[in-house]
Amino acid sequence: MEKISYRPESLTQTPFTYCPGCLHGVAHRLIAEAVDEHGLINKMAGVAPVGCSVFAYKFFNFDMAEAAHGRAPAVATGIKRARPDMHVFTYQGDGDLAAIGTAEIVHAANRGEKISVFFVNNAIYGMTGGQMAPTTLPDMKTTTSPYGRDTDDIGYPIRVCELLDTLVSPYYIERVSLLSTADILRAKKAVSKAIQYNKEGRGFTFIEFVSTCPTNWGLDPLKARTWAKENMLPFFKLGCFRDKGAE
Amino acid sequence: MARTTVDPKFCKGCGLCIEDCPKKILRFSENINDKGYHYAECFAQEECIACKICYITCPDVAITVEK
Amino acid sequence: MAKILMKGNEAIAEAAIRSGCRLYFAYPITPQSELIEYMARMMPKVNGTFLQAESEVAAINMVYGAAGSGKRVMTSSSSPGISLKMEGISYIAGAELPAVIVNVQRGGPGLGDIQPAQGDYFQATKGGGHGDYRLIVLAPASVQEFADMASEAFELADKYRNPVMILADGMLGQMMEPVEFKEALTDAEIEELPKKHESWCICPNEDGDKKHHHEINSLEIDPVVLEKHVTKLYEKYAEIEKNEISYERYNISDDNEVLCVAWGTASRIVKSAINEVKKDGKSVGMIRPIKVWPYPYEAIAQAIGPKVKKVYVFELNTGQMLDDVKIAVAGKVPVEFWGKVGGVVFTPAEIKEKLEACFKE
Ligand SMILES: Cc1ncc(C[n+]2csc(CCOP(=O)(O)OP(=O)(O)O)c2C)c(N)n1
Ligand code: SF4
Ligand code: SF4
Ligand code: SF4
Ligand SMILES: [Mg+2]
Repeated sequence: MEKISYRPESLTQTPFTYCPGCLHGVAHRLIAEAVDEHGLINKMAGVAPVGCSVFAYKFFNFDMAEAAHGRAPAVATGIKRARPDMHVFTYQGDGDLAAIGTAEIVHAANRGEKISVFFVNNAIYGMTGGQMAPTTLPDMKTTTSPYGRDTDDIGYPIRVCELLDTLVSPYYIERVSLLSTADILRAKKAVSKAIQYNKEGRGFTFIEFVSTCPTNWGLDPLKARTWAKENMLPFFKLGCFRDKGAE
Repeated sequence: MARTTVDPKFCKGCGLCIEDCPKKILRFSENINDKGYHYAECFAQEECIACKICYITCPDVAITVEK
Repeated sequence: MAKILMKGNEAIAEAAIRSGCRLYFAYPITPQSELIEYMARMMPKVNGTFLQAESEVAAINMVYGAAGSGKRVMTSSSSPGISLKMEGISYIAGAELPAVIVNVQRGGPGLGDIQPAQGDYFQATKGGGHGDYRLIVLAPASVQEFADMASEAFELADKYRNPVMILADGMLGQMMEPVEFKEALTDAEIEELPKKHESWCICPNEDGDKKHHHEINSLEIDPVVLEKHVTKLYEKYAEIEKNEISYERYNISDDNEVLCVAWGTASRIVKSAINEVKKDGKSVGMIRPIKVWPYPYEAIAQAIGPKVKKVYVFELNTGQMLDDVKIAVAGKVPVEFWGKVGGVVFTPAEIKEKLEACFKE
């Protein structure tokens, strides 16, 4: 017998620190598989700012930098400019990327920085205990929106792919989900494409994963998937917003 | 012939693979791993069709599928 | 090489390029604009990277990424912008990365004004960012020294894997003085520089199948491990304090009636005043810390001659280095302070007046 599916080489043997059923792990695996697939393990560098994935530097089996909250796109810019022969990605949560790091992501995208950004949208601040994120859905209860997100008071969730799609420079922007095996297979293709474009130095590539936070949503992992399908996907529509490589 | 194995070192007993396996041949083990999770196990290897769905769905990359 | 008349801001930029800096990230602010503009002009000519970042926050984090890649990298700003960089500086110190930061200080707090000041001494030497860390801080007093400090700063940063700040001010940035540059590093020499970092930094793995996994990181969630890390940092800082103190002794003698302590631009003015009172037969010495961290405590203590009535601290702030001088003097003689703030600079005549008052006491 031959192994047909196994832990990719680009992951270390360190078990993830995520909660049971948290889909951060699926996103990690897809990235690791794409790095293996494109033979980049010796030239890859990832940047993970704070958020539940701040320990990602322990999980990916190539060079990694931890970054301050929201600053990963700037750190990745510094790495890419210093080492153009490296391939660089960031891995960011929604609080990180769409709140404190809004300036950094918009400007890295606008410069067409030749990096990949993997954006995990779980509609909440996971690490700090379930506070409202810029992506928290209308009326959704969190520890800092205990009566539900009041859109009159705090506005609507930010749709980051749509926002970045207004810029001229980005090369590839797609929103995928990790909520079913079929969706994960589609996500795998998108991640692979982003890493391929990265390898070819084409430009800024951006993948948003619609994900879950079972722990802070107070749902078991199965129910969390169902909740996200029913509530997040209508607001965060899946699809490819931009693919200059396919034009 | 196919074989699905779960590495207890990585499994957190989330149950996603158990739910998604089309042949329903995965279950929680009666044993627990070092972290105290009832990890998943395949109880009917002969029925496995090597569809890889369990591997794809597993957030902790705990599963190896062989064919 | 012949001397060239140049602004301090341009001289430091040119000297950084000659020292092998090929990466520069910054955001415009007065009174350091000539620096960023010089880099914008010159970096493309040496195949370097000039990037005008979206903010000082972004710029310092770009520095973090580039420094984590083992390359010589610099950023510059003036006081309000340096405040924004403090987060990143703390991370750079925590992750032990070599980087050079230039602060062309202006008046504060808040937006303050755009005139020279020395109000960022506390921020530079006592922290500024969060956590237990130290910056090596060089304080130039002339355009020549400003330029010379570029190579020194990069060497110290590389040697200790620590951020180094050059703490200048608007006067030094804007003033034109003749400057002679050191010979520029060759492209081959520059290429060699990051090699010494390649055991830890982000870099391609040239070694075929032997993968490497380098982590650029300031996070240690286990308190015992973090304690070890911070203790190791402090051992490094102790080593720096042992090796790197530098200061100038000016007119120090057993005849000194007053010992002055001043740094940067302020020290130039004090020097003129010392020369003035000398004409009247009065002897005043000065210690000028060239690095303000590590600080020359012992040098100050030793310079207190038998006739010294008073140690006089002159700064363009409300008395920030004063605390360090008091530690150095340890109560042996009285320590007095006089300063100007808000971008107002004292004159030699004013300092002379202050010194003369001491002689009468
Ligand atoms: C400057 C700063 N502010 C606040 C924090 C605290 N903090 C850590 S993670 C986080 C939110 C992370 O949420 P998100 O990016 O959505 O990631 P998730 O944990 O949900 O994956 C916050 C606010 C911090 N580390 N640094
Ligand atoms: S808190 Fe939420 S996002 Fe963080 S690991 Fe747990 S489930 Fe995942
Ligand atoms: S490979 Fe398919 S059939 Fe076999 S255990 Fe996994 S999900 Fe079930
Ligand atoms: S999906 Fe993975 S972690 Fe979850 S129960 Fe199955 S093997 Fe264990
Ligand atoms: Mg989140």
